Amino acid sequence: MTELQGYLLLSALLFTIGLAGAITRRNAILALIGIELMLNAANLNFIAFWRFGPNPEALTGLMFVIFSIAIAAAEAAVGLALIIAIYRHYKSVNLDEMNNLKG
Amino acid sequence: MFDNITNWIDGLTAMQQFVLFSGVKIFAVFGVLMTCVAYAVWVERKVAAAIQDRVGPNRAGPFGLLQPACDGIKAFLKEDFTPDHVRKAYFWIAPAIALIPALLTVAVIPFGSNLGAQKMVIADLNVGILYTFGIVSLGVYGIVLAGYAANSKYPFIGGIRSSAQMVSYELAMGMSVIPLFLWVGDLNLSQLVISQQGFVGWLPDALGSVRLPNWLVFQSPMLALSFFIFLVAAFAETNRTPFDLPEAEQELAGGYNIEYSSIKFALFFMGEYAAMITASAMMVTLFFGGWTLPWFGLDQPATSIPGGLLHIGIFFVKVVAFVFTIVWVRWMWPRFRYDQLMDLGWRRFIPLALVNIVVTALWLWIRSRS
Amino acid sequence: MSPVFLILALVTLLSAVAAISFRNLVHCSLSLVVTFAGLAGLYLQLHAQFVGFAQVLVYIGAVAILIVFAILLTRSADTPNHAVLAPGWLVGIAVAVVVFGALGLAILKSEAISKKVPAAPEATVKQIGDALMNQYVLPLEVIGLLLTAAMIGAVIIAMRDDKEAK
Repeated sequence: MTELQGYLLLSALLFTIGLAGAITRRNAILALIGIELMLNAANLNFIAFWRFGPNPEALTGLMFVIFSIAIAAAEAAVGLALIIAIYRHYKSVNLDEMNNLKG
Repeated sequence: MFDNITNWIDGLTAMQQFVLFSGVKIFAVFGVLMTCVAYAVWVERKVAAAIQDRVGPNRAGPFGLLQPACDGIKAFLKEDFTPDHVRKAYFWIAPAIALIPALLTVAVIPFGSNLGAQKMVIADLNVGILYTFGIVSLGVYGIVLAGYAANSKYPFIGGIRSSAQMVSYELAMGMSVIPLFLWVGDLNLSQLVISQQGFVGWLPDALGSVRLPNWLVFQSPMLALSFFIFLVAAFAETNRTPFDLPEAEQELAGGYNIEYSSIKFALFFMGEYAAMITASAMMVTLFFGGWTLPWFGLDQPATSIPGGLLHIGIFFVKVVAFVFTIVWVRWMWPRFRYDQLMDLGWRRFIPLALVNIVVTALWLWIRSRS
Repeated sequence: MSPVFLILALVTLLSAVAAISFRNLVHCSLSLVVTFAGLAGLYLQLHAQFVGFAQVLVYIGAVAILIVFAILLTRSADTPNHAVLAPGWLVGIAVAVVVFGALGLAILKSEAISKKVPAAPEATVKQIGDALMNQYVLPLEVIGLLLTAAMIGAVIIAMRDDKEAK
């Protein structure tokens, strides 16, 4: 197994763990944690391909990760604002209790 | 004897030398920093006493100079009491986490020029300032965890308050230094110090011998504004008065550290003073020329051992001056109200820092075209 | 496979598993901090200094602390005494395992992955800055707009609705 494959496997495992967390837990905050893990796994992929890819001087992978980190920050802020708004309304952050369309 | 040691060092490989010198530097800096933390407490008590027309600690040793040692022994020997209702694991690790970031920040600060062939900085990172802000942003964990661990109301409110306060002011602090790096064009802190050699160029020649050092704070009004924002944000980040709301004795009975006693409390205390010292060291490095002094050729990297020691001394004196200022402010200013603090951070300092970035960028653009 | 990589990978994976499996949300968020730190270490290991420290600054310093903040504000800091798993959790695990199988197979069997390790690339802050200001200036502007929109959106969503409170 090459070094690149090691990083890619690690990233795939991380993605799987994040996915499992996001879809098996009831809590909305935990779903967000799972999503963050998946985003991070994707970032690791980009960095690994940048490092071991054919032309790293183009900086493409690195740039993508920088933009992705910025987007992740925005996503976390909006996601947590939503969770707080929902908590205020339902007094709960359990995803399967939010089955009511009528405010 | 001395020759033996130099011979032995010369015989080592480059890697071994690097490890050896880094280890020596880390131990020396850690030792000095911890001593400074102890004496910062002494300075605080003496300054407070002077301002309030008291005498202050004067029993242990001359001028109470042995007071820090006595305090330390007391903290160690007191019963380490853990209340029943706390969350044990967090209660144990929170004090350590509170102390660590302040110690890690020191790693990239150049505290002198050279000593022999060694650069007087533990890690000369190219992304120095990014490292600093990364580590500074960890400081909030100790306090939040302490508030959560205590499992009672006042510490909890203190923890929530501090996390909001520190995250808010981190933004202002981070944005306040951007003009500085636009101006210098390098993120490496050693290069930043080098760029502050000599005297400022904008003073009229008619003043003759009245000259200002070429420190960044004097180089332009934008950078002076940067310094002002950084200074205020540093007060908020280190939880010092006028922004010590996480503690706020009158409202929160001491905030996040109510439930702590003996050595765990002492660790929080040391963390606060270590943060204060590293914040001072950052300000000296960023805005006040680091180890340089434009007179007597002291702004050139040292070529001899005494010169190197002198540079470390200069840096030390500047840091002490800042620590004194921070202590002084504590005993002269009242505390802000919490809504005032947030208002100041988000509605005054962040827009001000943004405008400062734009103005600096425009200025640099105009200068580059003319 | 260097030992440093193995240790960092182990720390990252174990803490990631911990982050999604603790019952208490505060434990989860703190495990997540360890995962982020492990990833930052891996980035440094891959010669991406700038991204490594940006990871510490943004993820550990802001995202994770926001999550802790949300946990404390929504009073979910205590260990829940009801079921924490969603009803169809077994299916969820199965889906995750299938996804991993597909990804792993692709990684191990792919012909496109080159076997030779190129020399460590250099990415100085100056190069990154040049790239951001020249080649990637449009994405940078768009990200700026997006962040502003996200900030305003987050404030409006989380703002207390006065009419509702009455």
